[in-house]
Amino acid sequence: MSMGGQMGRSALMLGLFALVGTGLVVLIYAGTEERIQEAERTYMLKSLHAVIPPKRHNNDIFNDAITVVDPVLLGTDKPVSVFRARRDGKPVALAITPFAPNGYVGPIKLIVGIRFDGTLTGVRVLTHRETPGLGDAIEEKRSDWIFGFESRSLTNPKQKGWRVRRDGGVFDQFTGATITPRAIVGAVHKALKYFEKNRDRLFSEPSTTPDMGLGMEEEHG
Amino acid sequence: MNKEQRDIIHQGLWQSNTALVQLLGLCPLLAVSGTVINALGLGIATTLVMAGSNVTVSLIRNLVRPELRIPSFVLVIASFVTAVELLMQAFLYDLYLVLGIFIPLIVTNCVIIARAESFASKNKVGPSLLDGLAMGAGFTAVLVALGALREILGHGTLLAQAELMFGDGAQWLTITLLEDYRGYLLAILPPGAFLGLGLLIALKNVIDKRRAQAANVRMSKAVAQATLEPNPTR
Repeated sequence: MSMGGQMGRSALMLGLFALVGTGLVVLIYAGTEERIQEAERTYMLKSLHAVIPPKRHNNDIFNDAITVVDPVLLGTDKPVSVFRARRDGKPVALAITPFAPNGYVGPIKLIVGIRFDGTLTGVRVLTHRETPGLGDAIEEKRSDWIFGFESRSLTNPKQKGWRVRRDGGVFDQFTGATITPRAIVGAVHKALKYFEKNRDRLFSEPSTTPDMGLGMEEEHG
Repeated sequence: MNKEQRDIIHQGLWQSNTALVQLLGLCPLLAVSGTVINALGLGIATTLVMAGSNVTVSLIRNLVRPELRIPSFVLVIASFVTAVELLMQAFLYDLYLVLGIFIPLIVTNCVIIARAESFASKNKVGPSLLDGLAMGAGFTAVLVALGALREILGHGTLLAQAELMFGDGAQWLTITLLEDYRGYLLAILPPGAFLGLGLLIALKNVIDKRRAQAANVRMSKAVAQATLEPNPTR
């Protein structure tokens, strides 16, 4: 057999394997696509409902969403999702997902719930890579620190109070970790400022398809 | 079970254990062994991929030309990993989020291509499947042992976040061994994984040595007995 024929056969064989392999993946994808979307949705709703309890609103909060960009106040130059909660068409609260760009190990993604009157419904950490055992007390599973933001606003405390205690503010730091809480306090404060500046626009802008950016950021390591 | 099957299982679980003897696939092993549940999740995913790829490679072993071996094996493995990733995303979404990048990275786990190349490409389907399962089980066992070690020392718990794998009703599986434990940072961080693995390897070597000594003693006793009786009855 000639060299060319052999190579052709090899190529054909490899192509066949690629086809069969892709076929398998396509089959499984088709079979799981719906479930995956449902799982993603459930996960996002769980995070949303942590800061905006479902009984407060009666709109489809997941699909009443826009994306906004503000590198200074939202901690990232990428679009940030905003989910709006309304009751009988009237704005109730919104959830925004800013970053605290200055965490101890890279940015920390938050979800911040803000009532229409500018008070916080709550804050949760979506993703972070802070030191386990020290900085991870920001997770609601590990300590109740994150609940300390509830009902706070730009006037409670005033500007100077929006710091950790070590810097003269009202928020606790943790033993052995000041940088992490400092980053989060700063980011929440900025999110509130952003809300105050843009409130009416945030609620009136027509909704766009939610982007899936609420979940885990891809980490390549 | 015949001797060949017993031998394959023994190789996978103990004698050629991927993590303790071959020292292959250490990247995911060290990165994901922070808790038992994470370890179990990655171990099962790896085992499934290995069993699937071993069977497929064994099926096509006579069709593939030698120079096409590696590319076609990689194709097979990548397909299985993608399939497992999709399935995890659909059925164990929370665990999928925790394991993150380490699921697609199973492709690069050299254990899998090593078994395809050194075993499945030379053996029939049945033994190849068994080899994949046994090697995977051995890998999973070490992962879980290391996960348990690190979780107990690091967090004072066992099976924390069991609901990630077994659903919301499974929180009761979590055992808190030490109340109000402040945690031991070294065990959670990567160096703790290396130290833990080192200890497990040392433990295996000690056990092997003890066994060999015991076998030696038995052997020399038998020899001594044989020499004492110059005319053994036949």
